[in-house]
Amino acid sequence: MEISTTKQFDLHRRMVRIRLFEEAAGRLAEANRLPGFLHLYVGEEAVASGVCGALNDDDHITSTHRGHGHLVAKGGDFNRMMAELMGKATGYCKGKGGSMHISDTSLGMLGANGIVGAGSPIAVGAAFANRYRGRGQVAVAFFGDGSTNIGAFHEAANMACALHLPIVFACENNEYGEFTPRHKTMAITDIVDRAAGYGMPGVIVDGMDVIAVHEAAVEAVERARQGGGPSLIEAKTYRYYNHHGIQNLGLKYRPDEEVATWKQRDPIFTFEDRMIENGVATREKVDEIWAELRQDIETAIQFADDSPYPTPDQIMVDVYTKSSTSNTTVGTKS
Amino acid sequence: MSDERKLSYGQAFNEAVSQMMEADPDVFCAGEDIGAFGGVFGTFLGLQAKFGEHRVVDTPISEQAIVGLGVGASVTGLRPIVDLMFMDFICVALDQIVNQAAKLKYMFGGEASLPMTITTAGGGGLSAAAQHSQSLEALLCHIPGLKVVMPSNPYDMKGLMISCIKDNNPTVMIKHKRLLGMSAVVPTEAYEIPLGKGNILRPGTDVTIVAYARMANEALIAAAELAKEGIECEIIDPRTLQPLDADLIVDSAKKTNRVVVVHEAVRFGGLGGEIASQIQELAFDYLDAPVTRIGAPFSPVPFSPALEQHYIPDAKTILAGVREIMQRNVIRG
Repeated sequence: MEISTTKQFDLHRRMVRIRLFEEAAGRLAEANRLPGFLHLYVGEEAVASGVCGALNDDDHITSTHRGHGHLVAKGGDFNRMMAELMGKATGYCKGKGGSMHISDTSLGMLGANGIVGAGSPIAVGAAFANRYRGRGQVAVAFFGDGSTNIGAFHEAANMACALHLPIVFACENNEYGEFTPRHKTMAITDIVDRAAGYGMPGVIVDGMDVIAVHEAAVEAVERARQGGGPSLIEAKTYRYYNHHGIQNLGLKYRPDEEVATWKQRDPIFTFEDRMIENGVATREKVDEIWAELRQDIETAIQFADDSPYPTPDQIMVDVYTKSSTSNTTVGTKS
Repeated sequence: MSDERKLSYGQAFNEAVSQMMEADPDVFCAGEDIGAFGGVFGTFLGLQAKFGEHRVVDTPISEQAIVGLGVGASVTGLRPIVDLMFMDFICVALDQIVNQAAKLKYMFGGEASLPMTITTAGGGGLSAAAQHSQSLEALLCHIPGLKVVMPSNPYDMKGLMISCIKDNNPTVMIKHKRLLGMSAVVPTEAYEIPLGKGNILRPGTDVTIVAYARMANEALIAAAELAKEGIECEIIDPRTLQPLDADLIVDSAKKTNRVVVVHEAVRFGGLGGEIASQIQELAFDYLDAPVTRIGAPFSPVPFSPALEQHYIPDAKTILAGVREIMQRNVIRG
């Protein structure tokens, strides 16, 4: 598959945006400037970027607790993302969702999700709606290796295949379910083995290679768009930081050498080397991109810092959607 | 002729769905056995033949995915009706109902709406035992973001179901299994009964009975009997439990000064506690007696008819409850 220069820069840009956003978020969390939990996507950038690079703006994705990368890859706005992480009124969720529920339905990003496995059934619903409307849109469910052990995944995968829906199941196999290695929680090595059980094609790709991910995604997305039904992509990848936060818990659940080995295959740096080697990019051009996007991050942090917190009167706002058929007040008196 | 047309409770549900599917191409149904088979209670009969397999969808036995289908389809613009065969099965799908459907709008800062209706069948009286007979409405009413509806008759069923489908929030329509065959006059045209508006099923002056679904009908039987004793019961059917029409209940309590709340669900932690609490908060000075709560004992629903008939409250239980509260008086100072 020929990947155009424009597309290569596009994929690269998505990855760098994710890396910069996540590193900035990590620094802010270390400085106790972010409330709540933080699950960083650093190391896995090639997966979200490669897959979202194969999607149209009106295609849908569901995400996970590690969801910033998916939103950035779908075109998320740094300012509103950073503001949400800080719990500000200008954030994507007006300070009501935070890191674990960050979303932009206008970009087709149907939310990060605090419940492992819960995004897949929602993606099935989006895929159903897409086929129902017949506009050729597809849905992608991002999920981790660990979530293939929960019932929701099984139900979603089976239903998607039974109904032959336009959906791609994109598994980020980072080898750990929170702090427990994959081999202790399942008897198989490759998640892709599960695809056959539902009657869908599955493929393993190097999740540290954005081109490999992208090529697999283009094929799966095209299959879905053409009415060929669901497929599963297993991207072998790795998260550099802990399940949540950076390393500040001092937890030892994986060897330092393992982390170091994966970092040598960094998805961004290896891709940059390739682009330069192939004459697609120059070091100067690459540095320019980083500098430009770094500036965007600084702007976003400033925007978030300057933004107001939501006021207490917002607590009861948006619990319900106002209905055209019911003008009664909702909720009981308190 | 059409003014006198009678439908069963189940047929009224079916007609509401059918008319809304005709009116709005974004409405579709999905659930177990609802297609060619028409649903295990027949409430979806004929809909697939009329609207096609793409709009009346047979699903795998996968409650999480069924509700997830509704969540994903509604958040992307459709108006799904997803059916969970028995109310007990909501437990299999609780993550999608409680953590997803109810909360997405709020968590997304309002940038989503989920116009989906979850339909299910609750209640006992069929010797269906502990996993096919429960009344779990209190559990759902406790979750901000959901609306919960339990009609007591065919007329209300049709109007409330149409309102559920048109509502832009996740609503749960709970059909009572023992009411499915209940017949009454139902208008042929589509009409709405607003969610959150209760109904005075029977006006009265001496005591208020708050009861919904099948218990509203048992209350009517009890009230007819009590009238012979000179006790005039006012029966309030909230129809929607979330949002609850507290105003209607409190106004009635202020008028009659005595309230009995009845539900088929177990008494402990049931809606009766919430209703009694709101009455004492808003009408304490009007009460001549503590609010009486009638509900099932705190056990799973038993199987044998010999046990179940004593387990589920009925007109006799309500009679006893009313007679007792009529004996109690506070001395007004």
